[in-house]
Amino acid sequence: MMHVGRAVKVGVTRRPRCSVLSAVMWVAALALPLGVAAQGPIKVGILHSLSGTMAISEGPLKEVILMAIDEINQEGGVLGRTVEAVVEDPASNWDLFAEKAKKLLQQDKVAAVFGCWTSVSRKSVLPVFERYNGLLFYPVQYEGEECSKNVIYTGATINQQASPAVDYLMSPEGGSKKRFYLVGTDYVYPRTTNKILRLYLTKAKEVNEANIREEYTPFHHQDYQTIVGKIKSFCAGGDAAVINTINGDSNVPFFKELANQGITADTCPVISFSFAEVELQTLDVKPLAGHLASWNYYMSLKNPNNFKWIKAYKTWCEKHGIAEKQCVTDDPMMHAYIHVKLWAEAVKKAGSTEVDAVLKALEGLTINNSPVGPYKVDEKNHHTWKPVYIGKIREDGQFDIVWKTNGWVHPQPWSELTYPGRACDWSGEGKGTYDTVSGKRVWLSEKQ
Amino acid sequence: MRQMSLVLLLWSLIIATVYTAQADSTAVATYAKDLATPAKQRQTLEQLRDLGDPGVRSILLALKEGALYHWQDKLFIFTSDGVFVGLDGNPLLDNAGQPLFPETGMDAVPLAQDNMPLLQQTLDVIELFAPNPATRKSTALRLGNLQQVDLMPMLEKAHARETESAVQATLVEAINKLRLLSPDPVVRLQGVRYFGTTRAEAALGQLKGLQQTELDPQVREAVANAVQKIEAFLQLRNSVGYVFNGLSLASVLLLMSLGLAITFGLMGIINMAHGEMLMLGSYTAYVLQEFFLNTFPSYLDYYFIVALPLSVVVVGCVGMLMERGILRFLYGRPLESLLVTWGIGMVLQQGARLYFGDQTSVSPPTWFRGGWEVMAGLIFPYSRIFIIVLSLVSLAAMYLLLYRSPVGLKIRSVMQNRDMATCMGISARTVDALTFALGTALAGLAGCAISLIGTVDPEVGKTYIVDSFMVVVLGGVGKLFGTVLASFGIGMSNKILEPLIPGTAAAVYAKVAILALVIFFLQRKPTGLFPAKERTAAGMVR
Repeated sequence: MMHVGRAVKVGVTRRPRCSVLSAVMWVAALALPLGVAAQGPIKVGILHSLSGTMAISEGPLKEVILMAIDEINQEGGVLGRTVEAVVEDPASNWDLFAEKAKKLLQQDKVAAVFGCWTSVSRKSVLPVFERYNGLLFYPVQYEGEECSKNVIYTGATINQQASPAVDYLMSPEGGSKKRFYLVGTDYVYPRTTNKILRLYLTKAKEVNEANIREEYTPFHHQDYQTIVGKIKSFCAGGDAAVINTINGDSNVPFFKELANQGITADTCPVISFSFAEVELQTLDVKPLAGHLASWNYYMSLKNPNNFKWIKAYKTWCEKHGIAEKQCVTDDPMMHAYIHVKLWAEAVKKAGSTEVDAVLKALEGLTINNSPVGPYKVDEKNHHTWKPVYIGKIREDGQFDIVWKTNGWVHPQPWSELTYPGRACDWSGEGKGTYDTVSGKRVWLSEKQ
Repeated sequence: MRQMSLVLLLWSLIIATVYTAQADSTAVATYAKDLATPAKQRQTLEQLRDLGDPGVRSILLALKEGALYHWQDKLFIFTSDGVFVGLDGNPLLDNAGQPLFPETGMDAVPLAQDNMPLLQQTLDVIELFAPNPATRKSTALRLGNLQQVDLMPMLEKAHARETESAVQATLVEAINKLRLLSPDPVVRLQGVRYFGTTRAEAALGQLKGLQQTELDPQVREAVANAVQKIEAFLQLRNSVGYVFNGLSLASVLLLMSLGLAITFGLMGIINMAHGEMLMLGSYTAYVLQEFFLNTFPSYLDYYFIVALPLSVVVVGCVGMLMERGILRFLYGRPLESLLVTWGIGMVLQQGARLYFGDQTSVSPPTWFRGGWEVMAGLIFPYSRIFIIVLSLVSLAAMYLLLYRSPVGLKIRSVMQNRDMATCMGISARTVDALTFALGTALAGLAGCAISLIGTVDPEVGKTYIVDSFMVVVLGGVGKLFGTVLASFGIGMSNKILEPLIPGTAAAVYAKVAILALVIFFLQRKPTGLFPAKERTAAGMVR
């Protein structure tokens, strides 16, 4: 009778202590993983084809990005956290690029993606990045005519690769060429490049229209006898050069035929924009020796930074079982490496991995010790400033540098010749592509 | 005029000094130091040029490449070994004997854009007398095309000293090109006459230009004469060239289609994997090349001799497996065999891609490089001549096998009347497998041969399959001679139409035109050129 009241009393005093303790335990249980997550690694995505037709070219990009991430982590990571790579293989399937990009942005919640090679793959992932406000770093030379808020284009625009090539060919060092044969595969990149080059040659360089020939072949075209015959006649007239935008495997029969017909680089140099050291290691280089290429970087560049980078890469190759013959560096690899470093610097400068803050921090960002020396991101148009080198192919698959621009070339995603009134500006209020005359934003619909 | 004579004087100074200069490294080093000062760079370059010292070459090349560096008032060249080397040849090392990379002060010497022509000029003079004949030849060619008359005495001096015949020929041509620009009509006449006799295509453009501007009547007449001779020669040469191109393409088509003519023509099996059989032949050549590269590098060229029979055997075996394992069950069902062979083709393609990757290449053996120069400027590549010969040999072999041997008799009898043949004691099953293997073996041989002139990649089959079917259908299913005629017809028409089509996409339109012609022809004669009179396996119901 008396005990019941006491028992209730004890029960009452015990319950508050129990609930406070459990409350504290719950809060601690919830907060602890949150706290750990806030200190966990920063994830970045790698979206390059590791199988399929593009594997030869894109595979080394993954290696070099992983190497850059490794170096960053060894120096203490970014904002006190390590950087972790999420590698996805879209297998040269353009639709799969978009799927994997979405997965990286939505599921893995990566802070940035380093990826793409062909323009098709980039165009496929563009809507994904713009919708989910992701950040893509694109390392390959392309035809321009694009300027997205969510992409940093470290590869060359046409005025950073093709136009300097023409300048070189027309200079005395290049042989004072006055006649040009533009040969390419029939698709968007050669058609656009040749359109711009033709305008450049006729308007800026005052070359007669009669001295320019254009020729296109279908994909996988194998029989170049007639075309090489035409080129031979064209070149016999003197002062001629060939600008080659033939794609992929068709280059092999083209150069074999050129070599068999005795067309050498002395009489008729052929300048190509799609071979670099990586591709040359897989081709028969003898018919190509002496011909030219135009890039922003070559493995044979002689400066201490490049030398150190190549040495580090060779050590990486040994550690990861990459054959010595395939352990070469080229322009897209250099850009892939440098844009990881640019991203890390931007994150440090912005103090966060949030995409808009990083984009702001990237404007005008300069790195001084890249393998090509000083390297800068443009303040406005999400492209980069870099030098241009003309290289001559050697029999061992490396290049001899025969000419370079004096310093950086300003990137122009919208060529002054084809779109004279158009520029791109993402700084400040962020207009993007706009008309320089009216100042209004230009919306790029599918028809343009 | 004054400028030209000044330049002439300088050139002759340089020539004189190049002959007589001793390697004077201290003088070079003293002058070269000022290259790093932008204001003095031009002057320094001129002084180095006048020195005429070949030792200057490495400094100028380094400056051109961006490998010339300036540190602590001294110049260094960064070599490909990763070491800074001073102008005296001593490497820059730290106390431990390792290459030193100074953190600050080591700056690349920039070459002012305006000074580039001057630098190139100096290099050209040095390289015209370089020890390597290939360098001399390319410099002579380049200088000839610069169209500067005052270079003539230098080229003539080089010609007098030249011992290599190929370089001599280039120098003579360069000198004559410059003669066309001379103010003296007698010299011009000399140049025109030279090109008239050699009928060199290289001078045509210049001669035509001269036709417009020439005033001297004697030279005018000579120019008109020379132009006419050159153009007539070119027309003849181009026609011969087109015929050869047509023959070459015809031989490639024939090689590819012979195998298909047997499997489709004789047996009535639509083998969509025929292109992949060709691909396997190419890859056999590739694998053998890699093997020889690693095991017998000094006998690398002989890989091809082994590759030819081996590709026949390997692909023949693959064909036999295909026939025995899968196609045997699908006779009389053309749609199923089409689908199944298409699937097999895809599997083989992706398998090759997974195993070999997408960029592999086969270098032709050294005997097949270059060609036979039939006329000036017309070269028949040895590899294409080989393919023409090989296709004829295969054709002859096939004919003998099918029409003059007991095996061929068995094959033909099984194809014509299967039941009767089995009654006579011929094992129809064995003959089927053998025939199919023969067809695919030929495709393998074609693949091996085509690797000489084309690519080796997983997609090579898709490129050739349509053309092969077109040839076989056009030629008439069942007759070997029809295939020959069809490949000859298509090859020649393609290569003769292509140069005649104007516009930028001639190759594309030529192909379109050929396809249109074939469609039109088949409308008139659906059974092809030589329709089959016998009953084929496709007509038999099993």
